[in-house]
Amino acid sequence: MSVSLLPRIFRDWFKSRGWKPREHQLQLLAKAKAGRSVLLVAPTGAGKTLAGFLPSLTELAEREAGRGTAKDKRGLHTLYISPLKALATDIARNLEAPVQEMGLPVRIETRTGDTPSHKRARQIERPPDILLTTPEQLALLLAHREAGELFQDLRRVVLDELHSLVTSKRGDLLSLGLARLMNLAPQATTVGLSATVREPDDLRRYLVPQGEQETALADLVVVKGGARPDIRMLELDERLPLAGHTASLSMPAIYELIKRHRTTLVFVNTRLQAEYTFQELWKLNDDGLAIALHHGSLDVAQRRRVEEAMAAGRLKAVVCTATLDLGIDWGDVDLVVNVGAPKGASRIMQRIGRSNHRMDEPSQAYLVPANRFEILECRAALDAVHEAAQDTPDARTGALDVLCQHILGMACGDPFRLEDLYEEVRSAAPYAALTWEDFEACVAFVATGGYALRAYERFAKIVKGNDGLWRVRDGKVAQQYRLNVGTIVEATMIKVRLGKASRARPGTVLPRGRILGEIEEYFAETLTPGDTFLFAGEVLRFEGIAEDEVLVTRAASGTDPMIPSYEGGKFPLSTFLAARVREILADPFEWDRLPPQMTEWLLQQRRRSIVPGPRDLLVETFPRGNRFYMTCFPFEGRLAHQTLGMLLTRRLERARLKPLGFVANDYGIAVYAAIDIAARAAREPGFMDELFSEDMLGDDLEDWLAESSLMKRTFRQCAVIAGLIERRFPGEQKTGRQVTISTDLVYDVLRKHEPDHVLLRAARADAATGLLDVRRLGMMLQRIRGRIIHKPLDRVSPLSVSVMLEIGRERVYSDNADEILAEAEAALLDEALA
Amino acid sequence: MTALRKNKQTTHEIELAGQLALLDLSGGLYLPAHDALLVADLHFEKGSSFARRGMMLPPYDTRETLSALADVVLRLNPRVVIALGDSFHDIGGPERLGDEERSTLGGVQAGRDWIWVTGNHDRILPESIGGQIVEEMALGSLTLRHEPAAGDQAEVAGHLHPVGKVVMRGRATRRRCFLTDGRRCIMPALGAYAGGLNACDAAFKPLFPNGFTAHLIGTERIFAIAKSMLCRD
Repeated sequence: MSVSLLPRIFRDWFKSRGWKPREHQLQLLAKAKAGRSVLLVAPTGAGKTLAGFLPSLTELAEREAGRGTAKDKRGLHTLYISPLKALATDIARNLEAPVQEMGLPVRIETRTGDTPSHKRARQIERPPDILLTTPEQLALLLAHREAGELFQDLRRVVLDELHSLVTSKRGDLLSLGLARLMNLAPQATTVGLSATVREPDDLRRYLVPQGEQETALADLVVVKGGARPDIRMLELDERLPLAGHTASLSMPAIYELIKRHRTTLVFVNTRLQAEYTFQELWKLNDDGLAIALHHGSLDVAQRRRVEEAMAAGRLKAVVCTATLDLGIDWGDVDLVVNVGAPKGASRIMQRIGRSNHRMDEPSQAYLVPANRFEILECRAALDAVHEAAQDTPDARTGALDVLCQHILGMACGDPFRLEDLYEEVRSAAPYAALTWEDFEACVAFVATGGYALRAYERFAKIVKGNDGLWRVRDGKVAQQYRLNVGTIVEATMIKVRLGKASRARPGTVLPRGRILGEIEEYFAETLTPGDTFLFAGEVLRFEGIAEDEVLVTRAASGTDPMIPSYEGGKFPLSTFLAARVREILADPFEWDRLPPQMTEWLLQQRRRSIVPGPRDLLVETFPRGNRFYMTCFPFEGRLAHQTLGMLLTRRLERARLKPLGFVANDYGIAVYAAIDIAARAAREPGFMDELFSEDMLGDDLEDWLAESSLMKRTFRQCAVIAGLIERRFPGEQKTGRQVTISTDLVYDVLRKHEPDHVLLRAARADAATGLLDVRRLGMMLQRIRGRIIHKPLDRVSPLSVSVMLEIGRERVYSDNADEILAEAEAALLDEALA
Repeated sequence: MTALRKNKQTTHEIELAGQLALLDLSGGLYLPAHDALLVADLHFEKGSSFARRGMMLPPYDTRETLSALADVVLRLNPRVVIALGDSFHDIGGPERLGDEERSTLGGVQAGRDWIWVTGNHDRILPESIGGQIVEEMALGSLTLRHEPAAGDQAEVAGHLHPVGKVVMRGRATRRRCFLTDGRRCIMPALGAYAGGLNACDAAFKPLFPNGFTAHLIGTERIFAIAKSMLCRD
């Protein structure tokens, strides 16, 4: 590619910085000149952002030069969308540098939730040349009556971190916004910036309008990764535990690594692991190294302080969760340590990419397994990194609740014909297969709720006029839309405040201290006064809940936290890594590549039971105490395992085997019962096959969904996104009982009277992949059909010990209200009789 | 649980101001001495009330509440039914009531006395709704009213929609409940969309200075839970 594509002023600028334009940067310029949309796949440090903006900057520079009068009204030229508002702000700052150094007459502005209203109004009246914003803000802009005018001159849309955006409902919302943009500005082209993904074609489809018949693809530019990453597993002489996620034995080694490097990012999977790791590292920190903590529940101000210190190079290490997976350039990181399970190959590679932002130097990284199963997972991940294998998720089918929100938004803008909107929506890749019936159902939902009993016609939110065009009923509805836009429905959080002991009344705690951050309400709900738990780097004592705040005090030093605080990671083990783990397990030749403690353990398993083949499901049964246990190892991630456990206990119940409970982790589950499961299996050949047969996803699943709290949570999210009920905002007082409505009650009623309602369909689609992971469970049940190996044992096997250790550590799952109530009632009786 | 399912216990006996009262799984309270069934906070037409403001809740709440009401009335077949106020979610509620629901209600009312106690949501009720309309009433030693009165009262009231929350070993459940100290009883809301106020809320404190027992409505029976076992939301 020739440098001549670049205007002189740019060439000079590159030269003045001692840089040369990179090949892909020039390629993107050429694509833009040819009017092509393009996906740029590049590792971090490849100058992706500049590549994305160069065509806009050169065009704007040339436009300025060629223009006669400066008076022409000019519209928005380039729109940049990022998943994080912090990233948008960061990029704006980085863009200012070349613009100022070259003296380009280009106005760059950001628009986020924090942008003051006068500036927002001005941005619509007199748009900047380049606007950097988020998917939600784009939706709001498009719902504006002036949207047509604002975007008519748009030339380019730059979508940053596209690989991360497309995997969620935000990606669905953005795809619909993009479809509208392309209608308003057919001349515009798109650029997607992405890390390496498994199926680039999915993203290429996303970037361009899809036609009636054929699939359209954006062009593809790939930057090959630089040096191969230098990544290894941290091996210890000591034996790792069979379960647990704290990696406590590895802390001294991690501390040594931090000491030997300039700046280290220590990634963990959950907030509570972050807390633990941070605390352990400080216990070892005799050198007083600047080690900081960063996770999503910490107070925003505290997080900003850590980010600033990091950018300024003042920190030696940061312990962080997925909150730092994306985005912002962290400067001088020369080592990444990943504590715990890698979960996915692509995910681990993106994390490793956070180190060494210069692509010609190898990234340095360590994987730190916390238990023996995680050794297998780390091994599988290392192999995957070595082969550059990817396991990013499949392209999404656009969610119907998001479509509902979008329809209302469009009705707030210019009135539309239903057929036109349908065509436009289907040009968005995730909605390309949307049927007219589903589309109509969504429109009916937005208008009146879309119920078979047409009771609300006179209250319709969007109405069809005599001109055949649909529009929003009034300004109040539009206002309602604006307040509820977006697809992120956070778990309700509750503030944690440090309390002070009262001098006047010993034993009471006053809410006088500072706010430490927020925890999920459902976690707070399970605490009782006196419980200790880790938060914000300290062991805290729960004192009670006062006026919507959790009141805590500092626990005496040396206190061990009581609350088993491992909340399940958000990411289940990827299907790809799970298959790899099963293969390593099944092949004794592979065991040589594992640390000796692992090999020894597997040999023991082979002696005492068996080691299953890669496609088999090993089911072990054994008595212990006065209970009968059944364990199995599908390796499908804890979400799918929880669902499996719920369904298995239902079936065991029906088989009168009196199941008492179960626990699940990423690798397997253990169910325990009062009656001997093995004896039944011996009497009835085929019992196990029956127990694990795929039809559990029929009536059993339906029965469970009726009362499942996970399903109700899923439904609530859909109801909020679709606009059935209004969002509750953080900081807002809990409103009186007459004003709010519990979605659980709505779920019960709707399920009974209209089981096929569009919102329930949306919730079921979410359940397939979300909190219940039903789809993955279905794939597993299919895989193991006829391949169940039941091994009745006298006592627990080495493999089963690992999941048995979760008992007492993990919550016991149950949605059966009566069991909980009976236990509470009995507790009262015990007290009375004591 | 299968074992429980076999002997579903729909009622649960307590003593209230010296008389026997049966707490029913439906959320109703039956006084055998008067052959009277009490229900509270039906909130008919709450769905349509929200729809007027743009929240299109499924329009089946009235049906659902009516069917629960019909179920308990037909099962216990009382001489008199007393609805303890907020029977309709708003004053326009009776007018919005669908034809089918109106006739279901008529069927449930037929052949027995029916008394509507008015509440803060339905201060005014049209005569056409059938039965007697009162602000409060006495039944033996008990006063029946919508909002509980101040001080020591032998009364049955609604208004507060009590729910009890229990957490056992990390598992939580939140259920509608009756609260009583043997003198006073606050009834749960029967309405399908009637939310709940946690029994630990300060609003209940002055009503029960000496504490209360919560009778939580489970799936198969009613459970008596000590106040100390209840959690806040």
